[in-house]
Amino acid sequence: MSKSVLVDITRCIGCRSCMVSCKSWNDLPAEPSEFSNNWDSPGKLSADTWTNVSSYVLEEGDQLKWRFVKRQCMHCNEPACESACFTHSFVKTKEGAVIYKPTELNEDYCVGCRYCMIACPFDVPGFQWDKALPYVQKCRFCYDRTKEEGLEPACVTACLTGALTYGERDEMLALAQDRMSKDPRYIKHIYGEKEYGGTSWLYISDVPFDQIGFKTEVFNRPVTQRSIPSLTWDVLKWTPYIFVGWGALLTAMRAYTKRRAEVHNEEDLYGPVDPKE
Amino acid sequence: MYGRNWSFRITWFRILLIMLMLGAVAAALYRFVFGLGAVTNLSDQWPWGLWIGFDLLCGIALAGGGFSTALIVHVLHRDKYLPIARAALLTSLLGYIISLVSLFLDIGRWYNFWRPFFYWGFHSVLFEVFWCISLYTTIQVLEFGDIFFEKVKFPALKKLLGYMMTPLLILGIVLPSLHQSSLGSLYIVAVDKLYPLWWSMIIPFFFVWSAFFLGPAMVTIEGTLASRAYGRQPELPVFQSMTKITMWMMIIYFIVKMIDLNYRGVFGMAFNGSFESNMFLIEMIVFILLPIFMYAIPAIRTKLWGVVTASLLVVVGVVFNRMNVVFTGMAKSVGGSYFPSVWEFLITLGMWSFLALAYLFIVENFSILPKEEHTHSTHTSYGTGFNV
Repeated sequence: MSKSVLVDITRCIGCRSCMVSCKSWNDLPAEPSEFSNNWDSPGKLSADTWTNVSSYVLEEGDQLKWRFVKRQCMHCNEPACESACFTHSFVKTKEGAVIYKPTELNEDYCVGCRYCMIACPFDVPGFQWDKALPYVQKCRFCYDRTKEEGLEPACVTACLTGALTYGERDEMLALAQDRMSKDPRYIKHIYGEKEYGGTSWLYISDVPFDQIGFKTEVFNRPVTQRSIPSLTWDVLKWTPYIFVGWGALLTAMRAYTKRRAEVHNEEDLYGPVDPKE
Repeated sequence: MYGRNWSFRITWFRILLIMLMLGAVAAALYRFVFGLGAVTNLSDQWPWGLWIGFDLLCGIALAGGGFSTALIVHVLHRDKYLPIARAALLTSLLGYIISLVSLFLDIGRWYNFWRPFFYWGFHSVLFEVFWCISLYTTIQVLEFGDIFFEKVKFPALKKLLGYMMTPLLILGIVLPSLHQSSLGSLYIVAVDKLYPLWWSMIIPFFFVWSAFFLGPAMVTIEGTLASRAYGRQPELPVFQSMTKITMWMMIIYFIVKMIDLNYRGVFGMAFNGSFESNMFLIEMIVFILLPIFMYAIPAIRTKLWGVVTASLLVVVGVVFNRMNVVFTGMAKSVGGSYFPSVWEFLITLGMWSFLALAYLFIVENFSILPKEEHTHSTHTSYGTGFNV
């Protein structure tokens, strides 16, 4: 039921037609870019750039390897942004897309607090910093194309080399396993299968993921495999008990220690300060 | 005394505060018209900056004096602390107002600020923070009403508030306990982003506990400032007896922190020489252990300078801790750089100037501080220090 895209790093040639089709399908403005010493342009995701291809040059002995990585929202199985939002502005649809309701469904509840941006482990959501009433923006897995028109996401349609494959998540996992078993060049890891509870976008690669900008290890420890909402919930679920329990304890203490109370008259104790003193 | 007219003396210092406040209002208006990007240095990497980090997180923590004093005075009925109870309530109320204002300035779609009251994202920590802060500010306004109606005569309302006071007081401790801790829980979501010396599943405990032990220290600082400003005798005996509470709570804080670091197997990270580890060591040694020792030694504790210096360390230490969580601990994982713009600083300065002005106006017109005869007997001359 839940749709997914398998990204095969070995097949990507860095042509960026996915970026172009994303901009044109979603009517996103171009961003002014600067000359730089690499092929990444504009280089990062933002409110106006929902997918981006980064390039990596890896040295192996005296050989150079070029690898290109398409990035976009990972569409987590249990998204941190959804759990962080206090107005339900993000939702994980049953089709697999994580969408932003204010612009997608015209349900304009977002207050622009940007807690979703703190929460996202992949640093995906972008904010319209230049707007007076800004929205949060990110890849929406072409929810309109896939749901209403039965099409593939624009980037998948545009991909010339078969680096992107769209389908059911379990089928994509099976396809990934199949490719990995047939070709020993692949690293034995499907990125997105387990990271942060799993994502809808899955990656396979022939070079180690940490060398092409993936978050595999943080502070010398492997990234968390539990979903972020489950971590928060472990703490939040105590709230009602603390509310009632602490309230009851305070009431009891107040009643117990009240014996000496009300002997003083507060109006005699305090007075305004004379500023002229 | 109570029939007295409203008064507000104007001094050069107060004119400066008013100017800063007006400057901040202008900058805030500009921000509402042209957006956050025009005024702040925030970016997609650093979505939260000075206003959330300092004005909200620190403002709320510094306002912790309200709920800890309420607990000590009105629940445990330790009457000897009564002289400082109202001042603590007032500064707490003003601190919360600052935090709400900074939150309002910081949200992009500000006209939607009321939405979370109706669309219950109860799985969000921010939802709990939002509800508790809004409700608790309302409660503090009502608690303050009790004082307000002593001057502005309205017997019916005062009586009504009197009936409500016990439940209000209890809620006024439960709500801040919950959201002081949930300000910490906000960062549970930042697993793999916040440096492990600060990220912990029990960060909510550290936040609420430090907000609580900060309370007496904050009251000491405020009380000393007020006594200097108005040439009064500081309530030294009250300050001293509060140091025991702070000291023991800090000892427990330190022990739990060490156990937590060991349990998570990151104790060694405190000594790996990185920027984060050094900031953490400063936090622990200068702002936790040093004040504990100063409070423990009678020769320091019983002197005004001693108790004030130690309290200052505690207050600065909590600010330092919050800043480490918001900035130091996040810097490595999010990349990029953030330093507040001059406009962000101006707005922050303006908000705290407003707080100072409001405090001065209220203590000069309402019954907040103890009457002089309670402290007059040993009056010596303070208050030549500066002229507010």
